[in-house]
Amino acid sequence: MKALARLTLQVCLLAVACLAAPPQPDQARAGEELARNPDVSGIVPGHYGGHLTIGQRAEPKTLNPVTAADAVSREVIGRLMGDLIEINRSSQQTEPALAKSWKISPDGRSFTLQLRKGIRFSDGHPFDADDVVFSFGVYMDEAVDSPQRDLLIIDGKPIAVQKIDPYTVRFTLPRPYAAAERLFDGLAMLPRHLLEKPYHDGHFAQAWSLNAQAPEVAGLGPFRLKQYVAGQRIVLERNPYYWKVDQKNQRLPYLDELVFLFVGTEDAQVMRFEANETDMISRLSSENYNLLSREKSRAGSQLADMGPSLDYNFLFFNLNDLGGKKLEDVAGKQSWFRDLKFRQAISAAVDRQSIVRLVYGSRGAALWGNVGPGNKLWINQDIPHPQRSVDTARRLLKSAGYSWNSSGQLIDPRGRAVEFSLITSSSNSQRMKMATLLQDDLSHLGMQVHVVPLELRAMIDRVFQSFDYEAAVMGLGGGDADPNPEMNVWAFAGTSHLWHLGETQPATGWERELDQLMQQQMVTLDYAKRKQLYDRAQQLIAENLPFIFLGTANILSAASARVGNFHPAILDPYTLWNADELYVRDPAQENAGVR
Amino acid sequence: MRKTGQMRARTKILIGLLIALHVLLLFAGFFAPYDPTAQDRDLPYAPPTRLHFKGGTGWHVRPFVYAWANIPDGDQSGINNEGYKEEQSQTFVIHFFVTGSSYKVLGLYETSRHLFGVAEPGRIFLFGTDGYGRDEFSRILFGGQISVAAGIVATLITLLAGSILGVVAGYYGRWIDESLMGVTELFLSLPWLYFLLGVRAFLPLHLSALDTFFLLTGVIGLIGWARPARLVRGLVLSARNRNYVLAARGFGGADFYLLRRHILPETFGLLLTQAALLVPKYIAAEVTLSFFGLGVNEPTPSWGNMLSTLQQYSVLVSYGWLLAPALALVVTSVLYSCLAEVFHSRLKSYST
Repeated sequence: MKALARLTLQVCLLAVACLAAPPQPDQARAGEELARNPDVSGIVPGHYGGHLTIGQRAEPKTLNPVTAADAVSREVIGRLMGDLIEINRSSQQTEPALAKSWKISPDGRSFTLQLRKGIRFSDGHPFDADDVVFSFGVYMDEAVDSPQRDLLIIDGKPIAVQKIDPYTVRFTLPRPYAAAERLFDGLAMLPRHLLEKPYHDGHFAQAWSLNAQAPEVAGLGPFRLKQYVAGQRIVLERNPYYWKVDQKNQRLPYLDELVFLFVGTEDAQVMRFEANETDMISRLSSENYNLLSREKSRAGSQLADMGPSLDYNFLFFNLNDLGGKKLEDVAGKQSWFRDLKFRQAISAAVDRQSIVRLVYGSRGAALWGNVGPGNKLWINQDIPHPQRSVDTARRLLKSAGYSWNSSGQLIDPRGRAVEFSLITSSSNSQRMKMATLLQDDLSHLGMQVHVVPLELRAMIDRVFQSFDYEAAVMGLGGGDADPNPEMNVWAFAGTSHLWHLGETQPATGWERELDQLMQQQMVTLDYAKRKQLYDRAQQLIAENLPFIFLGTANILSAASARVGNFHPAILDPYTLWNADELYVRDPAQENAGVR
Repeated sequence: MRKTGQMRARTKILIGLLIALHVLLLFAGFFAPYDPTAQDRDLPYAPPTRLHFKGGTGWHVRPFVYAWANIPDGDQSGINNEGYKEEQSQTFVIHFFVTGSSYKVLGLYETSRHLFGVAEPGRIFLFGTDGYGRDEFSRILFGGQISVAAGIVATLITLLAGSILGVVAGYYGRWIDESLMGVTELFLSLPWLYFLLGVRAFLPLHLSALDTFFLLTGVIGLIGWARPARLVRGLVLSARNRNYVLAARGFGGADFYLLRRHILPETFGLLLTQAALLVPKYIAAEVTLSFFGLGVNEPTPSWGNMLSTLQQYSVLVSYGWLLAPALALVVTSVLYSCLAEVFHSRLKSYST
């Protein structure tokens, strides 16, 4: 009897819960303009229920999309927030999101966006043009100091945002800007009703910290905040108002919950995954990928090798102007580093194939330019890929006046032995390995290279502030396939113009030309013309070798057997970009505790 | 006092093993088949080469080896660390006293003679290779040179500093004693590992392997003086008031004479025991520092920096042979501890 009573109670509770819950996931409300994701092969309609657990290397620092600067925070925030226009990570093309369509004026300066009607934030409050105007106001406010602000200030002038009617917004740029619609990806739309008060009170930066209560945080993403446990996990639950549906017109997302577990390191991510405590790893090293692939048959997990990433790793020399600094040692060696033949010789002596084999376990690609084989839209296929040749390198050095003494040491034209130190981040084992291989490669030219592993902070300080280094191995890139994010590396005044920072004007003719090409491509709207300009830029970079490109790792991801629609992409976030379509293959099993 | 008489067989074996170990390390260039920094980029993480006696035409007197060949993994070309198999079409017989890479014997004269090896393109990796395809066996021998030498040199520094300060404190007593012993307390309470990590962080980045070596040993050695100093002080304190010392002083013996003739010999056994205890401790200290990347840098091997690759989980679980330097460390430590035991029992027999 008692058991029957309890059962009845449970059924009743269940019924009450169903009644009290916001609209069922699969029901559309009147007046809602829902979006359907474009068909991507391999993505199938899933079913509702269950939760996925993801191991994160660190704990997020904030839930505020405007001030978040680190990848871990953005990985979580990206699931909570929605953008006006999105870059589809699979096709790398832009597609309508909260804006269902947009028009570009003939002069390329004005964008008119049509917003979806009837959309609601995850707390049920409606979304309209006022939220858009408010959001852009916050992003462009100097006092808020958002890392995205630089993108929205063009030629020192902010983008003008104007509300035409509740569902139409016009953006006016100070000058034409190529692929400007790509800027909208990653700019989360903020709920004005929740954030206007902290913004006007001047403590916007403190809003939506990790300690924020779930009802205070609302966005337009597939999930909403449920619970944060400091040092352990953050739990997201389904956003019942999410505005996308699948091919069967069922409201997304499928998952009840998405759990981020803070595990610490990549090795810990792998161990938790092996122990079936987590379901997915966004990015793996080749060693760990091979480790998992050996156990694949046992665990039945899904492993994906998406091919070369868009990052590039490179060796570069300190070509900074050291006039005001007391660094005679480094300044003395700059006569070698500034010599193009010296850099060409080093590039010729580097065994890139070995880097791919030993550092990436053959899961990577050798690079001779800043655009790698992963970026099919923009790569300049005419950049030569010369084989490693110590003879060519020696010939180049000889023609530049270098010689060798009896013990095989390289002697410069002024009679000094060539010897320099190479700094790299001690926490990045792949780059450490590259540095050790470079050391050995260059010893064949009679150069003595000292590898100095530094803590990341100390290394960044030397490269960006004190200029107290001779050569360094670093990595950059990966944000987007478009050339525009590369502006800050190749424009002479760019903040990541690593080899020569803080130039007041281009130090060399080719740097001047490179700068002009990059500025020009930014205002050229036609793809073919833009590609031509960027091809020439890539050629200049490959010929003048401010960076000696080494290689790039493949994007390697893993998911457990129960994850459906696992479809990683080479753009960040590699696996969670389609979090709304991920589903658990058999949620019933999970409830029965069979995992 | 019982005369020590014949050394027991066990002690003889122990001494023999210790000598063998040090000869092996001292002449590492001869015993190692390869240059410790030479990379064979086609053979990363190759497992230890197997020695064969039987194969093809039957039994062989001389052991022979096969070359490692990669097992290709479907869509991937080249090497993928997935695994190796023996390429049994060609055998390579092990030869002795072969010529190979050149090295310097005791840093004096150059030669290229090695104890054993196989003909090219065969390779013999007794303990496998690391991630750069470097021979782990050769690296252990050369790495041992650094690690064990660091232990011995640091021990000498410690004992020298410790005994001088201990003798001064014990013999002159009063305020000298009190202040010196106060300092030893400070040093004994120092968390030495953190202290060393801190010290290394302050040093310049650009140091050659030799500079790093001497800095490390100097710092390790100078930190450890407190314990031997206290022990020596205790012995000197009691020896100072022995009747024969007082008698010698009565006959007009000067301080230096008394110390040299009557007091220092008393500390001899203690110092030997301490030395045998400290050497393995200091080898472990060097290994610890190098493990954390604060010791000798690549490509120069030391047991510590060789073990540091095992910080990566995938390496630790996949390539067991890379634990070999740890084994070498254990063997060395056990031998030295046994030696300390022998010294200790002899010291006891002195005092009874």
